[in-house]
Amino acid sequence: MVRVDGAGTSSLIRVRGLDKKYYRGGEEIHVLQELNLDVDEGDFVAFMGPSGSGKTTLLNLLGGLDVPSAGSITVAGDEITHMSRGTLTEWRARHVGFIFQMYNLIPVLTAYQNVELPLLLTKLSRAERRKHVETALGVVGLADRMHHFPRQLSGGQEQRVTIARAIVSDPTFLLCDEPTGDLDRKSADEIMGLLLTLVKQYRKTVLMVTHDPVVAERADVTLHLDKGVLVEAGKLEAFSGGAR
Amino acid sequence: MKFGGLMFANLFRKKLRLTLTIGSFAVALMLFGFLAVVKTAFSGGVEIAGADRLVVINRVSIIQPLPLSYMDKIGRMPGVKGITHANWFGGVYQDERNFFPQFAVDVSTWRQMYPEFKLTEAEWNNFVKDRQGAIAGAATAKRFGWKVGDRIPIKGTFLPGVWEFNLDGIYHGSRQADDESQFWFQWDLFEEKVPDRLKGNVGWYTVRVDNPDDSLRVARAIDAEFANSPYETHTDTEKAFAAGWVKQFGNIEFLILTIGAVVFFTLLLVTGNTMAIAVRERTGELAVLKAIGYSDRFVLFLVLLESLVIALIGGGFGLLCAKGLTLLGDPTHGMLPVFYLPTKAMLTGLIAALLVGIASGILPAVGAMRLRVVNALRRV
Repeated sequence: MVRVDGAGTSSLIRVRGLDKKYYRGGEEIHVLQELNLDVDEGDFVAFMGPSGSGKTTLLNLLGGLDVPSAGSITVAGDEITHMSRGTLTEWRARHVGFIFQMYNLIPVLTAYQNVELPLLLTKLSRAERRKHVETALGVVGLADRMHHFPRQLSGGQEQRVTIARAIVSDPTFLLCDEPTGDLDRKSADEIMGLLLTLVKQYRKTVLMVTHDPVVAERADVTLHLDKGVLVEAGKLEAFSGGAR
Repeated sequence: MKFGGLMFANLFRKKLRLTLTIGSFAVALMLFGFLAVVKTAFSGGVEIAGADRLVVINRVSIIQPLPLSYMDKIGRMPGVKGITHANWFGGVYQDERNFFPQFAVDVSTWRQMYPEFKLTEAEWNNFVKDRQGAIAGAATAKRFGWKVGDRIPIKGTFLPGVWEFNLDGIYHGSRQADDESQFWFQWDLFEEKVPDRLKGNVGWYTVRVDNPDDSLRVARAIDAEFANSPYETHTDTEKAFAAGWVKQFGNIEFLILTIGAVVFFTLLLVTGNTMAIAVRERTGELAVLKAIGYSDRFVLFLVLLESLVIALIGGGFGLLCAKGLTLLGDPTHGMLPVFYLPTKAMLTGLIAALLVGIASGILPAVGAMRLRVVNALRRV
């Protein structure tokens, strides 16, 4: 169950009093303010909000790519906000699967090699890695394209390779930053179908940033970020009214 | 090596750029190889000079003679094991451009002094018996197509007339750096033909000492013995003498070092710029690698390794080309006393290439290491 009131007790992802400030040209920009969030295993959460509202910043903080100004993030019992850079890197390898809007595949590697990348950091043998990669590519329906380079794949296929790369090491949760932002509607639907399969069939926890309300509708819960504050979709109207 | 695929895939990303960068290293190291060949030709004699040999010349200059009577006096001095003498001839074979050193040597002592020059007993014996005999180094013989039994006419310069020699033998150096360009003939013939005012003189003495550690003392003793005489001597180790001889041509080593430094500095700028571009154009990919769990240090080594592999392949190829070309033969046709690329120089070149590889890759590698994932992904 997803909560933003800070009352969750045994959630997979627990965020408390999260604050993030930037300084640009001497001016302080308060992106996230006292943010609380609880996400359980198997939840599919969509974050929406206007540009600059802090959606990607929140995703970066949850993924250990950035550090907060204040507050804490605990994932599966690990408090990540005080981890060193090196420890955080290792933690990311074990716990987070990233899916980016622009796919960010390495163009000189085949789909197979791209998906294998996270596994190279493990102690798995070559044969074990092959098995994992083939399984992941099978899940995303690209087993027959594993030796294709990204340039030989469509946008939707490239994003599916990214998803395979994200799930191949069986991470604790997936972070998706506009995963359908660069795709046509049909491909976007396929990607969303795939993410839903991961959630329903494989009990993956997915946190997704999107601008697209149609895409957000497919998630279990949609949270809106506005002026650095998280609000559940149903309560957005009341929140916006109150703010006015 | 499980990361090899990633490294090589990155390396071969832009094949033309890779080829040109490797080519830059290859050309630079080939040039380095040729410079090393020239340096060896000039200074090889210095490096292999006999540690137990001294050279005694007239204190004024090597052009001035020394009396033959010094031979016995020096030979009897404590610490002296052997002595020989020679004169510079300076003749011309066919054309002035066909230079090679010609020495009138004392056949009774010369061979014992220079055991590193190899020729058969029969050849040496024929030479000793033949007053007009001569021995040529293998490089000179090859240069002019001489063979044993040939008649060699050499026109005197400071001594008039054409001197005819019978080639009795061809010597080979026992080490790669041994000078195979010399031409020896009998000092007795030389003495016979020089004007009376020049008779009884030699050009220089070569002295073998009992103990190389005693060289300095013996050299001082020789010079002290003939101090304040009409023919004062200047005695040096063979190594110092050879070094002084090379310096007469100018500071070859400095010249070569300067050219080499300019070449390597230019190479550093070219490859440094290439690596910087190569890293900059894949900022997003490096950020993704870091995002999925690759450490900062891994990214640093990945970039640095690429630079090193380019340096190793390019540098190695250039040095092998240089070595191959030297094996094809001496393009100066014996103008240089030795013509080869020493293994030591090849190793030095390879180390220099690797250092340039590290230097050119280090800044982009550190930049990649410090790359912040959030900032890099924002730029993609």
